[in-house]
Amino acid sequence: MKTRLLSILAGVTSLAMAQTPPVAFTGARLISMAGAEIPNGVLVVEKGRIVAVGPADSVTIPTNARRVDAAGKVIMPGLIDSHSHVGGADGGDGSSPIQPDVRVLDSINVRASSIQRAQAGGVTVANVMPGSGHLSSGQTLYIKLRDGKTVDDLLITLGDGRIAGGLKMANGTNPRRAAPFPGTRAKAAALVREQFIKAQEYRDKIRAANGDATKMPPRDLRMETLVEVLDGKRVVQHHTHRHDDILTVLRLQKEFGFKVVLHHTSDAWMVAEEIAKAKVPVSLIVIDSPGGKLETKDSTLENGAALEKAGVVVGFHTDDGVTDSRFFLRAAAISVRAGMSREKALYGLTMANAKILELDSRIGSLEKGKDADFILLSGDPLSTYTKVIETWIDGVRVFNRNNPKDRVYAVGGVGASHDDGDMHSDEWEK
Amino acid sequence: MSSVIRTTILSAALIAAAVTSPAQIAVRGDMVYTMAGTPIRDGVVLVRDGKIERVGPAAQLAIPANYKSYRAKVVTPGLIDAHTVIGLTGYLNQPQDQDQVERSAPMQPELRAVDAFDPAERLIEWVRSFGVTTLHTGHGPGILVSGQTMIIKTDAKTAEEALVPAAMVAATLGDGARDTRTPGSRAKAIALLRAELIKAQEYRAKAEKAEKGKEAPRDIRTEAFVRVLKGELPLLVTVNRANDIASAIRLGKEFGLKLVLDGVAEVQLAMEQIQAAGYPVIIHPTMARPGGETENLTMEDAAKLRAAGIPFALQSGFEGYVPKTRVVLFEAAVAAANGLTFEQALASVTLDAAKLLGIDKRVGSIETGKDADLAMYDGDPFEYASHCVGVLINGKLASSSVH
Repeated sequence: MKTRLLSILAGVTSLAMAQTPPVAFTGARLISMAGAEIPNGVLVVEKGRIVAVGPADSVTIPTNARRVDAAGKVIMPGLIDSHSHVGGADGGDGSSPIQPDVRVLDSINVRASSIQRAQAGGVTVANVMPGSGHLSSGQTLYIKLRDGKTVDDLLITLGDGRIAGGLKMANGTNPRRAAPFPGTRAKAAALVREQFIKAQEYRDKIRAANGDATKMPPRDLRMETLVEVLDGKRVVQHHTHRHDDILTVLRLQKEFGFKVVLHHTSDAWMVAEEIAKAKVPVSLIVIDSPGGKLETKDSTLENGAALEKAGVVVGFHTDDGVTDSRFFLRAAAISVRAGMSREKALYGLTMANAKILELDSRIGSLEKGKDADFILLSGDPLSTYTKVIETWIDGVRVFNRNNPKDRVYAVGGVGASHDDGDMHSDEWEK
Repeated sequence: MSSVIRTTILSAALIAAAVTSPAQIAVRGDMVYTMAGTPIRDGVVLVRDGKIERVGPAAQLAIPANYKSYRAKVVTPGLIDAHTVIGLTGYLNQPQDQDQVERSAPMQPELRAVDAFDPAERLIEWVRSFGVTTLHTGHGPGILVSGQTMIIKTDAKTAEEALVPAAMVAATLGDGARDTRTPGSRAKAIALLRAELIKAQEYRAKAEKAEKGKEAPRDIRTEAFVRVLKGELPLLVTVNRANDIASAIRLGKEFGLKLVLDGVAEVQLAMEQIQAAGYPVIIHPTMARPGGETENLTMEDAAKLRAAGIPFALQSGFEGYVPKTRVVLFEAAVAAANGLTFEQALASVTLDAAKLLGIDKRVGSIETGKDADLAMYDGDPFEYASHCVGVLINGKLASSSVH
């Protein structure tokens, strides 16, 4: 009890610290994702935002700033994971194959150890997805991996007041089950088309009512979400593996005009040109060996390189726990091994995913005015030997490898994967 | 036959051999890690008739003109995966390519790996392309006693080529041993095993006393347990929780078994007992997912074993889903980033693995007379972005595909 109380107080203190003097990191190599790498850079953050960034000789450090010597380290934007299952979230149940009314928001456990381990891997923002066992298992949630007591502490609020998130959809073998779920691929597409046509009609009724409450259709939570999708206010985050399934997603996207991101895409190398032509981004999983799932039998490490060559925007994801958030940098590194450029691989961990989540005006690069989400690394981001030393979100440090309690989440050990509600704490430093 | 003619015939034979499949190969590396002495800068390995002929610095070891030459930045011994199930498990993960566990009875040590191993399995080609040349593979974890394991090179065309056709008997303790019928609990699993081992003791005693012509009918299951009792087949116990590690040691001591502890996620909680028991450990993959019985594993467990002086090797293990196999090169790389030195990590997938498996007279290091199993890399083999550029097995080029 006492420990819990102290943890909460520590959390409040560190939030308060974000309001106080600016912090200036000096001497680090900066990989800003907005221009060339800077060998000797300065990053200044204040009130949760980046206030200055650039080569040492071009940045004036505020006199009241707390200086942090980061010589020998690398600083880059916080990693953005465009497809994760941290927080043990769930989505729709077995009652129907299309459940856009269900929200991950209502199921996430912010005290899950998986969130602490993701912080240790340098992840600052994640798209938390419900599962792929439905054509649509519900609304996804884009969260900041802050140390929070409730899910509300982790939310990202958009300019119009809505909570940031997408809609999970899936095709291929995962959603195939006994009725009312689809038994074939064509049936799956038919069920989806049926719902989107209903949503078009629902939207037409709302438009026809023209603000007159008496003429409005009765509220329908599923339809309301699909209308957001039709209006381009909510991006479809679509699980798909096989080349023909990828093309089915593009066909439906063209028919209904929604915004979509293709996820996993084991066969992307076969249809890279088609994906490029549709101007649709890809959120790619990188599995370092083949096999295990029939639908992914032709997956290759060369997917990233093939998509880059075709001109597709490629972001990486962990699909945590399919791959471990602590090895997210590795996904980019082994894509470089397989032919991707260093620049696009690093982009795939940061800016590409910021675009995929439509949050690129706030996160994804180290630029003045953007959120102070960044990581300190012990060396090059693509080296096996490199460690994430610190992870900062909104100007608050949420992971510090030099804190023994945090270190357990980075390397594993008793408690590192056990969900007993243990929170990060800065007690050790005080 | 005159000596002149004999010499001519011999030369012709040598030339023919050199054209088709060269019996003599030279591999030159900017750095050659022999695992027998300090690494050699600009080293040369000469290979003749499938064996390592000589190794030394290029300055002192000229490459004969008739040797086919390869060059790489880094040369290491072929890697050894100290425990896998590939060849019995396949990459499609469909019932027809999953032969690692048979569930008709909880204990079937008579099941031989050689009767199930598929040398053409794609996962073998995959790990070979990263430098893995030797596999300890066979029946998997997931049932109390699943069957035997074997040791084989990754270029084998048939199971008959196995270095060791029956290597160990694979057992599992803890939740993994639970079955819908029996055993349904930890204590029951141990009770079943003790009963079988006592039966094997009696069978052995009777067999040794039996007069010729009056032997009892053969029982291949009990015979396999007798081989375990005799120490001919070590018992490879997959075990993760500290209390189950203690149970394995208790069982091992009661019957005087040769035990190899496998997985051992809670090694840090059982280090002293393992040390005292003197059993070697095939530690879980460094990047193994923590959860359930393995929730307390760490990326530093290999380093901790090293510090405690416990003999150990790394493994790729068994994967139920994606990816269908791990690659020990990747696991050693992450161990090298988490407390092991570069050479200690390399040893855990070469010489230390060979010693643990009892095959170090043939493989595991680059020394005169050993099998010419070599892996070539275009940089630090543990760096994510380095490539394996060539693999020699028994002096033949076994892989030149680059991932």
